[in-house]
Amino acid sequence: MLKQLEWAGGEVRVQTGVHFWEGNVACAEGALAAGCNFFAGYPITPQSEIIVRLSERMPKVGGVCVQLEDELAAINAVIGAAWAGGKAMTATSGPGFSLMQEGIGYATMTETPCVVVNVQRLGPATGQATKCGQGDIMQARWGRHGDQVTIVLAPNSPQEMFDLTIDAFNLAEEYRVPVIVLSDEIVAHMREKVIVPPEDEIRIVNRRKPKDPNEPMFGGELIPPMAALGDGFNILVTGSTHDEYGYRYTADPVVHRRLVERLLNKIMQNAEKIKMVEAKNLEDADIGVISYGCTSRSVYEAMSHAERKGVKVGHIRLKTIYPLPEKEIKALSERVKKIIVPEMNFGQLCLEIERIACGNSQVIALNKVGGGLPITPHEILAKILKEIEV
Amino acid sequence: MEIKHFARKYLRENTLPTTFCPGCGLGIIINCFLKAVEQLGYEDLKKFIFCSGIGCAAWIPSPYFMADSIHTLHGRAVAVALGVKMMRPEHHVVVFGGDGDIAGIGIGHLIHAARKNLEIITIMVNNFTYAMTGGQVAPTTPLEIYTTTTPYGNYEPPLDVVEVVKAAGASFVARWTTYHVMQLIKTFKTALTKQGFSFIEVVSQCPTIYGRRLGFKSAFDMIKYFKENSVPVDKVGTAHSEQVKGKIVVGIFQDVSKPGYVSLYRKAVKKALGG
Repeated sequence: MLKQLEWAGGEVRVQTGVHFWEGNVACAEGALAAGCNFFAGYPITPQSEIIVRLSERMPKVGGVCVQLEDELAAINAVIGAAWAGGKAMTATSGPGFSLMQEGIGYATMTETPCVVVNVQRLGPATGQATKCGQGDIMQARWGRHGDQVTIVLAPNSPQEMFDLTIDAFNLAEEYRVPVIVLSDEIVAHMREKVIVPPEDEIRIVNRRKPKDPNEPMFGGELIPPMAALGDGFNILVTGSTHDEYGYRYTADPVVHRRLVERLLNKIMQNAEKIKMVEAKNLEDADIGVISYGCTSRSVYEAMSHAERKGVKVGHIRLKTIYPLPEKEIKALSERVKKIIVPEMNFGQLCLEIERIACGNSQVIALNKVGGGLPITPHEILAKILKEIEV
Repeated sequence: MEIKHFARKYLRENTLPTTFCPGCGLGIIINCFLKAVEQLGYEDLKKFIFCSGIGCAAWIPSPYFMADSIHTLHGRAVAVALGVKMMRPEHHVVVFGGDGDIAGIGIGHLIHAARKNLEIITIMVNNFTYAMTGGQVAPTTPLEIYTTTTPYGNYEPPLDVVEVVKAAGASFVARWTTYHVMQLIKTFKTALTKQGFSFIEVVSQCPTIYGRRLGFKSAFDMIKYFKENSVPVDKVGTAHSEQVKGKIVVGIFQDVSKPGYVSLYRKAVKKALGG
């Protein structure tokens, strides 16, 4: 569409400057800054501000923003747009994220670069639709059928809703995967200062295109190049098991194993490169805390109070939930006796931390669920002091 | 000089012969579609993008057409086509699918694409059953028919998909059977020159899974049945009257000119830009 639209009178794509934005707006603007030119969505609390913002902004910058009949249509239109050469995104919340799982699996299998934002709310089912929860952690990692892995990012501020949305597009383009931005209601509705850099300072990654039609697009190398539908390369895209040229092989064990192994490897072999982590006091910590999303904001506050009481808290804040920064987590587990994992669910990521800590330290879950009530700094501090004393 | 069948230039010769069963109607549909393409003067399929879902008919473009194609999830071809069309409005975006794919699991997308009058062509091959999975009842299966999931006869009234798409507001709606080869070619040509949503149902024989259970001895018998039991829509009117009970109503059900989704979106963009 981009080329066909008239540009006269259009708005700037990147709103360089200092803004006071809520997380959802920052996410929408991050998408535009990253070069997103196709958005398809379906209204759902608490992500609706993303589609509302893009409905207003996208036409003015020459892109497409459409509201479709359901989340199934949204994710599949995103896949179609991405294969037609677009930079495409959708945004949803819990129930819609469940509906999109099959599409995300298809995008993984067909190596479709796209971004899926899930603003977590309180499930299961309709749950408490307007309230915050962090219960989709395992779903983001394991929600699809079949062996697969993709990249999951977890912003903890409106600034990161902007920054990580750009990162999500870049990672999607670089690794040819659907990237999930796993936000939560608190971060999405939090209003803070957001600094948008000048357009030429924003790093943009674009998918690699094949030089000629004979170049394989589904194998031959870890991350193969990708042509678009309409480029005239006669490309075959299928969610069935396919060889490096896209031909279906519905029974061949070798073709299947080779394909799926590569899909796993392209993420796992680059895990160290992909992972984003914020680590503090790892060398001289008395106790560890590992957090992500809105909960990490309470941890910051609790840490400074603990320090005043003479307790050094080693904190790992995960910006990538998958792949996990296993090295850092392991190092922390070797340094401290206890790691507290505060989560607004009944205990999900703590199981992964337990796996990586591998008995080096005790992993203690701090869970709070219901009503969207955040885990307060006081609650985290109390837990830290209690566990230190015992 | 070697004389080649006209369709071969549009096909991936390395994928032939197709995996379709002997007597399957899909070959006739491929032939008619490519005939229309040729008669419109296209030397290749570079101006086309094909989307399909899951099922026998979804295999028509993928991998057999020498073209860009995307073989998507069950029921989602129309939704994928929307994304493709918005990014590539200058291409013909054509969806191939079966009745289960398009009118069963995917009917939500179908109705909304028809309502929006999205500028794509959807070709629904109706064989009255889920053939690829072994002949289960479909939303199009006539009453009393025995299928593997209606072993005591089908107790659900079937859906007239053409009437649904027509009511939803598509520009162009037609139904033919695999007997109506000349009409099909003409209809595909019209659809390819039409603005807005075009929907063509092709009633097709599945001798292996469906016809066999009904006592048809061959694919030919099924086509003969289509011939003898088809009535033109311009003679009998709507498909719901008593006169057409048990018959296949064929013809052009709707042919109107009105703006499509892409052009309406462009209009909105102009408004957004203050024009």
